[in-house]
Amino acid sequence: MKQMSKIVRTITNLVYGFIIIFGFYVIVHGHLTPGGGFQGGAVVASAFALLVISYGALNIQKLLKKDLLSILESCGLTMFIVLSFLGLGITFFYNFLANSGSWFGDTAVIGINPGNMNTGGVIPLMNIAVGLEVLAALGVIVLIMAIGAEFTKKKENS
Amino acid sequence: MKKIILGIAFLLFFSFLIVSAINMRPFGEPTFSEMDDYFIKNAQSETGANNVVTSIVFDYRGFDTLGEATVLFTAVVGIVALFRRAIK
Repeated sequence: MKQMSKIVRTITNLVYGFIIIFGFYVIVHGHLTPGGGFQGGAVVASAFALLVISYGALNIQKLLKKDLLSILESCGLTMFIVLSFLGLGITFFYNFLANSGSWFGDTAVIGINPGNMNTGGVIPLMNIAVGLEVLAALGVIVLIMAIGAEFTKKKENS
Repeated sequence: MKKIILGIAFLLFFSFLIVSAINMRPFGEPTFSEMDDYFIKNAQSETGANNVVTSIVFDYRGFDTLGEATVLFTAVVGIVALFRRAIK
């Protein structure tokens, strides 16, 4: 796929940073507002898809490295499993940080309130882990399929 | 003959759908609501998170989320194995 026109590339340069920031906002505020790891990761991956489409799969590989994204994905899943094993003193997936007073350990105000960032126990950490995994996984899928389409087109022409 | 049998089967199926739609419970009154009441009453104080949906997904039903994350990981492994010639 060749890169698209100059208009599309300029608008992409303007917009993709804001899309990534919005995705990370959805991931980090997952325990207070609608959304969470999966949704925010999908938003960030949509920015990656925009970059791949507007610049072409072969030109974007300086910015999006598939090895780095692959390592990030494995790290996210490992972090999630390690967090779930840390509560094993009581049960698997026990929320050992909630209401404990340490990291993310404040007690939540019961009822309708704007919310406190420092609550939720292990839930915000799991949101970040799953968000990293989803954004890297969807980014790798889009990037590798675009590279594969390029490869087959080259083979058919030769 | 075949068309007649198909039509009768379709009519039977459609009448079942209409009967079940007439007998449906009104919206917002499920048969069993103990689980929902427990979540609505206790989720905020037990997990400390304001978003009850996230507290269910990552705390009460963490196993489900572990399965979803593993499914996504397996999909990426399959795609990398499928396009191994193109990306080397």
